Amino acid sequence: MKSSSSKTVLVMGVILTVLSACATPTPAPTPVPPPQKMRLATTTSTADSGLLDNILPDFEKKFNAKVDTVAVGTGQAIELGVKGDVDVVLVHARSSEDKFVADGYGINRLDVMYNDFVLVGPKEDPAKVKDVAAAKDAFTAISKASATFVSRGDNSGTHTKEKSVWTAAQITPTKDMSWYLSIGQGMGETLLFSNEKKAYTLTDRGTWLAQQSKLPNLIIVVGGSTIAENKDKGLLNPYGVIPVNPAKHPGVNFDLATKFAQWITSAETQKKIGDYGKDKFGQALFYPSR
Amino acid sequence: MAKISLGRRSSTLADSEWLMTDSQNDPLSAISNMLDIISLSLFVSGIALIIAAIIGVPLGAMLALRQVIFKKIIMLIIYTGMGLPPVVVGLVVYIFLSREGALGWLGWLFTPSAMITAQVIIALPLVVGLTASAVENVNPELRLQIRSLGATPNQAMWTILSEARAGVVAAIVAAFGGIISEVGAVMLVGGNIEGSTRVLTTAIVLETRKGDFGLALSLGGVLLTLTLITNFFLLNLNKRK
Repeated sequence: MKSSSSKTVLVMGVILTVLSACATPTPAPTPVPPPQKMRLATTTSTADSGLLDNILPDFEKKFNAKVDTVAVGTGQAIELGVKGDVDVVLVHARSSEDKFVADGYGINRLDVMYNDFVLVGPKEDPAKVKDVAAAKDAFTAISKASATFVSRGDNSGTHTKEKSVWTAAQITPTKDMSWYLSIGQGMGETLLFSNEKKAYTLTDRGTWLAQQSKLPNLIIVVGGSTIAENKDKGLLNPYGVIPVNPAKHPGVNFDLATKFAQWITSAETQKKIGDYGKDKFGQALFYPSR
Repeated sequence: MAKISLGRRSSTLADSEWLMTDSQNDPLSAISNMLDIISLSLFVSGIALIIAAIIGVPLGAMLALRQVIFKKIIMLIIYTGMGLPPVVVGLVVYIFLSREGALGWLGWLFTPSAMITAQVIIALPLVVGLTASAVENVNPELRLQIRSLGATPNQAMWTILSEARAGVVAAIVAAFGGIISEVGAVMLVGGNIEGSTRVLTTAIVLETRKGDFGLALSLGGVLLTLTLITNFFLLNLNKRK
């Protein structure tokens, strides 16, 4: 009895040794503590544009951290923060962000960067809105011409902005207007859809630049070819970083989230953000806020 | 199929806003929107299932009963087709129906017709493959007996099919479950247009992305209930015969 149980222990010991050997085929020579995990909820625009892949390795190295990025719509990103499923959010929908902070779920919001929205539409421009200065005037013209307009319809930052432009134009689009298509999909899908339908849609400039080559039927009609040329300052799109409040969710890594917020707003990272995309697109995709 | 309007559905309910998009919403219009979504889900998957069954059941029986060349290879292809990811089917249908595609002139992209087309392709291998295996499991002696009684090949096929009906119903139930719960293809070729091509599964994806997990979950419950009710009727059909 005793010998058999000691044998069991021996066998288990061997198995454990083998397993741990498998798990770490190349043992590190110096004992580095395992990286701390941080979960970041952000919008598809920051992830799909490649910005995060470009800047995050620096943060991970400096703070011995491993960042798990969840790229979703702004609505879901904030909801993940409300539920305490992530440690920090990086989003762009000022009104939802303010509510998130006011409700006590987020704390210490900081401005990070901004880009802008542009109105794209078919080359034929049936609503004659090319080079109209203000987006709301263009929206009015589109509505008058009943030209097809595609809406994200997903409560994303872009959809929130689109709704505010309709409000400024004093128009309430509904699904019963046959020219207004609310499709509830991501920016990339919405652009492809608009290209297919030869329709107008509001997009962030970054996604537009990244996808432009696949959208032969579309051109920018309002917003100019760079952020500097955008005549409608209302189309600027600020991004904020908000750590999740540890008072609401004690399990979050507030310390690392705060370090992340400080790091992404530091002069060095801000410069990196401002330079990102210049080599690939000939212009920056995001402008630093500081 | 030609009798049913397959183009853009005109909404019957004026002035109704999509459920929960804005703070002020009328519960009645939310319900009517929900009913629109449910009826479109049933319409698209129902039509797709009927087409897949009409083509697939005889095809499966023929494959099982007749001398078909390359039978093993055909069955291998069909069984592989059962594992086709819906999004891949959607992608292929999208490419064909897009403006530059070979069937672009149909103008079907982002309409229920495109959704039905994709779902027929998803359902067909399930119906054919499972029907064939059900028919093959019918006692071979019975097959011989039917032949020796002088049945024509067609008569024999229908007799054996009715003998294998439990398996055939299972094939149809499996196909229905596959397409009513499928999201990749309908999202791609339907476009999830509010009031026009939005079905339960695409609405669930949308509500999840908007962060409205509660509504998404209840839509999931509705979908599951619909499948339960439909399967109940399909299985009863089997019993009654």
